[in-house]
Amino acid sequence: MATSRAGYDGVAVAVPVTVPYERYSTRGAHWFVGQVVAELVRSAGIRKDDIDGLCVSSFSLAPDTAVGVTQHLGLAPRWLDQLPLGGASGVVAVRRAARAVQSGDADVVACVSGDTNAVDSFRTMLGSFSVFARDATYPYGSGGPNAMFAFITANYMRAYGARREDFGRICVAQRANSLGTPHAMMKKPLTLEQYLAARVVADPIHLFDCVMPCAGGEGVLVMSEARARDLGLPFARLLAATERHNAYAQDPIMERGGWAVDRDELWGQAGVRPDDIDLVQFYDDYPVIVMMQYEDLGFCAKGEGPAFVRSHTLTHDGTLPTNTSGGQLSVGQAGAAGGYIGLVEAVRQLTDQPLGPAVPGAKLGLVSGFGMVTYDRCLCTGALILARS
Amino acid sequence: MNPPFERPPRKNPVLRTRQPTLPPGGRSRVALGLTAAAAHGRFELQECAACAAVQYPPREVCHRCLSPDLKWTPQGGAATLLSETTLHHSNDLFFRERLPWRLGLVQLDSGPTLMVHLLGAVGAASSRVKVGVRLDRAGQAVLIGWPETETEDMSDDPVLREMSADPRFRRVLVTDGKTEVGQAMVRALVAAGADLVWVGHAEPWKQVPGLDALSALAPVTLVPLDLTSGSSVSELAGEIAGKVDIVVNNAEVHRTFGIAARRGTDVARAEMDINYFGLLRLAQEFAPALKGRGADGATGAVAWVNLLSIYALTNFPAHGTYSASKAAALSLAQCLRAEMRPAGIRVINLFPGPIEDDWNQLLPPPKVSPAALAAAMVQALKDGLEDVYPGDVAQEWRQRWREDPKVLERELAGGGS
Repeated sequence: MATSRAGYDGVAVAVPVTVPYERYSTRGAHWFVGQVVAELVRSAGIRKDDIDGLCVSSFSLAPDTAVGVTQHLGLAPRWLDQLPLGGASGVVAVRRAARAVQSGDADVVACVSGDTNAVDSFRTMLGSFSVFARDATYPYGSGGPNAMFAFITANYMRAYGARREDFGRICVAQRANSLGTPHAMMKKPLTLEQYLAARVVADPIHLFDCVMPCAGGEGVLVMSEARARDLGLPFARLLAATERHNAYAQDPIMERGGWAVDRDELWGQAGVRPDDIDLVQFYDDYPVIVMMQYEDLGFCAKGEGPAFVRSHTLTHDGTLPTNTSGGQLSVGQAGAAGGYIGLVEAVRQLTDQPLGPAVPGAKLGLVSGFGMVTYDRCLCTGALILARS
Repeated sequence: MNPPFERPPRKNPVLRTRQPTLPPGGRSRVALGLTAAAAHGRFELQECAACAAVQYPPREVCHRCLSPDLKWTPQGGAATLLSETTLHHSNDLFFRERLPWRLGLVQLDSGPTLMVHLLGAVGAASSRVKVGVRLDRAGQAVLIGWPETETEDMSDDPVLREMSADPRFRRVLVTDGKTEVGQAMVRALVAAGADLVWVGHAEPWKQVPGLDALSALAPVTLVPLDLTSGSSVSELAGEIAGKVDIVVNNAEVHRTFGIAARRGTDVARAEMDINYFGLLRLAQEFAPALKGRGADGATGAVAWVNLLSIYALTNFPAHGTYSASKAAALSLAQCLRAEMRPAGIRVINLFPGPIEDDWNQLLPPPKVSPAALAAAMVQALKDGLEDVYPGDVAQEWRQRWREDPKVLERELAGGGS
């Protein structure tokens, strides 16, 4: 499909960094955000003042916003953004930062996410996550997103014949992928039998369908390819980017995500097809959402997700390597950093600096984001296509 | 399907009495429209006056046409179950103590998707569901998914029992057994399966018709209680307050004077002494005990019922001082409701129109019979309502009051009724 949008030519995504995850932390969000920026500066070999664009995502900064972070860290950017988009934060941050770089509004944009996690943080966040959550979901059992994604998973299973084993294939493969990620919350291999035997949390969601909340941070730098070359930084090129919010609002229950609205434009802009992709980093709050992304991003037709995962291997050496660091399901969900984990891993793989095993011959990667269950579905979706430089 | 609710075993006095917990009670201001309707037993959602879209969750503007003109409108509740889950884990103490807990996602025929507490009698997706509303233990409205047609023992569903104040297997104090209304209430409570009904009677040396027949009922025990006497209330509280699950305060003095028709303040004082100060004395002695037992097993302390009057809303000059005392009692009942909320104890106010009794002799029909008033009370307990307006007169006055209290005041001042 023809697109009237300008391309993302000349944009580099570089310097993938992670602040190692911890189950609980007594530090504040600013510590994690600050550590991401410090690691970006150190790894890039630049001065802190060279960062003239900053984009921050965090659930636990309050009462601060991104501008408070500038004073906290002693930064004076000429371009500043804050993206409260949860699991879509990384994808959307890169897309917008790319435009800032292309237009000359900023030269080096630090895209940063980080969150702390105290023992009771998750519970207290649930009841105040959104107006609709406070009014219309939290008083109903207070199960958090488990309840809503149980509805979505059960409906998907009934509509398309998915079985628990199909979701299990995703979770088991991601666990295998995570064994090379040193800071992963989950350290032990997972078998399909163990997956199936896990205790039920919110039927049909069982223990290993859930992510573990934790503290941590992730970030990248976005700059021009020329600047990256000057700095001697390995980088991935940005071929295409889309975002979409509150898509398919008329669907009574979520069976598809907003990726499907924009996928033709995404592939058209990148000039590649799903078959060309060497690795995918899908947002993985629950395996049913991973399965939907195969469908809604065009790797298979709607309803063929179960057959797709049955006929593919998803490990780093598989037929379609998926969430090659282990994703949130095995590494953990460090708040808004959960919206960056796939982005950072894709850049690592495409610049030959993976923490764990490399995806052999990886040249093209797709990263997709999904965020913010304000009521009965996630509202934010987005996707990037990145290429080895 | 849920099994019928059986009589729970007697409490083990050695074990600690559990402390009450509440489901999450925070709501945005606009969402309180759902609660306001639910307090009267109505299921209402916002409908857009401009484009007729029905919407949920509650919003400040119409999501379809952006009009701010949203009217809370009664809903039929016909819906289809889209999906369900049973929670085995919750982040909230209240639900954690009540797992597993069934939930549904339903689509109303009128469009919106709703998350509901799902009763056991509802079949699998995509069964038809009837959505209604109840006040939960936090006193906030929650949506319930009922089966399309009633099933046996449906009201015994554990989800519904959490939302109701059913008198079955519970112990009730009715503060005045000497009136026809009081006696009708006692009979209705016994018929509804109350375990024990303590029935107060002031001045026990006076013979009153019907009291002997009442005390012959197995669950009934007569107890001396004079709400004008602090020591009488205190003495009874010392004996039974720690066992009462439901208080029904029906004691009242009703005389038919305005201001000019009677000199002095003796009648007005007598009315206030029972209707207002009597409630205050009773609440000070009994409310703390009930609050301590808000989570005392499946039949713990659950409700407090006040017999008010529709005249509490707007003064009926022919019964002027009585109206004033009931207005005072209404205000105090709202205070009691706020204080009882942390324990999950429901305060139910009855606002009947003229009751078929001697003091309303000169008022024209229709008047509420004591039996109808008692039935309305039991139903309010079962449905967990807050404000109930038994009888045609009360319903009509309530409607007029909602439309414009000033117009109603003028009409009543002109001798209209």
